[in-house]
Amino acid sequence: MDENKVILKISNLSKTFEDKKGNVVRAVDNVSFDVYDNEFLVLLGPGQCGKTVMLNVIAGLLEPDDGEVRLDGEAVNGHSPKIGMVLQKTALMPWKTVIENTEIGPKWKGVSKKERREKAESYIKLVGLSGFEKSYPAQLSGGMKQRVGIARAYTNDPEILIMDEPFGALDAQTRYAMEEEVARIWQQEKRTVIFVTNNIEEACYLGDRIILFSERPATIKEIYVNDLPRPRDMISEEFMKLRTKISDNTDLAI
Amino acid sequence: MKSETVIDNRPVKVQVSHLTKYFGSLHVLDDVSFDIKKGEFVCVVGPTGCGKTTFLNLLTKIYEPSEGELRIDGELADPKKHNLAFVFQEPSALPWLTVEDNLRFGLKIKKLPKEEIERRVDRILKLLGLEEFRKAYPGQLSTSTEQRVIIGRAFAMEPDLLLMDEPYGQMDIKLRFYLEDEVLRLWREIGTTVVFITHNIEEAVYLSEKVLILSNKPATIKEELKNNLPYPRDIASREFVEMRKHITEQIKWW
Repeated sequence: MDENKVILKISNLSKTFEDKKGNVVRAVDNVSFDVYDNEFLVLLGPGQCGKTVMLNVIAGLLEPDDGEVRLDGEAVNGHSPKIGMVLQKTALMPWKTVIENTEIGPKWKGVSKKERREKAESYIKLVGLSGFEKSYPAQLSGGMKQRVGIARAYTNDPEILIMDEPFGALDAQTRYAMEEEVARIWQQEKRTVIFVTNNIEEACYLGDRIILFSERPATIKEIYVNDLPRPRDMISEEFMKLRTKISDNTDLAI
Repeated sequence: MKSETVIDNRPVKVQVSHLTKYFGSLHVLDDVSFDIKKGEFVCVVGPTGCGKTTFLNLLTKIYEPSEGELRIDGELADPKKHNLAFVFQEPSALPWLTVEDNLRFGLKIKKLPKEEIERRVDRILKLLGLEEFRKAYPGQLSTSTEQRVIIGRAFAMEPDLLLMDEPYGQMDIKLRFYLEDEVLRLWREIGTTVVFITHNIEEAVYLSEKVLILSNKPATIKEELKNNLPYPRDIASREFVEMRKHITEQIKWW
């Protein structure tokens, strides 16, 4: 990771909504942070704290009320092809095979079939799904669908990969396996990753830095630098210390 | 795995012998035998898809075994005679009943005397610290509070056997430890025999007096592990970490 190069600059971001009764709900309140080139950044916060709103603003899918997002020095305005997303609901097209789903980005951009197939195949291999190119999403397990979502995002060649609680719906063991996979893929194929989760253990396992957010409206509570060596051991003393430190800094939401 | 021999004078409450289950040609459970002492807290762990839920459904007598039997207090288990209570991952409060009426529900079906019902409901509400919510409806509670009510409802039955299938699913660390301490408090106060299924090995080591480690399908008992660590348990202690590591190695498939 190049510590000095800021790829994404978020300054004084605020966003409010109106609920059904017409009350103003403040989702994000004056949030500023930098994202470094090729780092694995985790945004950690409790459920419904405003994380997804923040992501959607970063991705250019929502307009902020205040503040701005700059990617490579340019203001983000509308959705940028430089930003790819992986979502909890994988949103794969059920009538398309694994490879057809994976190559959808370059296909829409008009890349030739040969070229996009080659690329899609290499990422399908990277996520460990070789042999399943012709399978349909319904034939895959939850973890495998997430892998397709990750391959699809990579095939579109984004500068920044945003992952919004991608493993929230997986069982605990598949989740551990996928956490290992994402760390491995990221190390093999360096990209800037912004990974959103509410799981402290997952944050400590994956992040170079972890930004801890408060409850809604989301404000930054603390930024943790995590330089534990990879692959990380969740049962090691240092890991448990970091996990406890962050856990002690969060509120118990019963 | 070393474990000290501690003399356990409690009588055997549940006796499972040679339990085997086929669904057609699919062999899910193979010759499972074990005992549970009266008032014991047993955790069951195993790889994803190994047949844990089938195992539980056999214990609840929702399924009939293909071979083998289940005895409670020496008699063949019979839901008409024995008191079996369950808690599932998704909270299952009756939405049209208040918290106290949810707690009363099973006790009324069992036709307990009114004073006894009120005594038990008051006791559970007190143990849970939910007295102020007694008139609230489930829809007014958070998911975790609703789950606490369900767990209280199960304990209020003072069942012969209480079966819990991942009741704390994907809840985050801080909340989970809070709920785990609460379930231990209920268990200790009421003296219920508990079988608790979990994907989370740290949780199994934190809660259990005994851990049953299941193998891949067809599931057999790979290891029966005594857990004599003193309560309340220190998750960072050497013995705790070693046991967690040992169990992880036993079930890790990824």
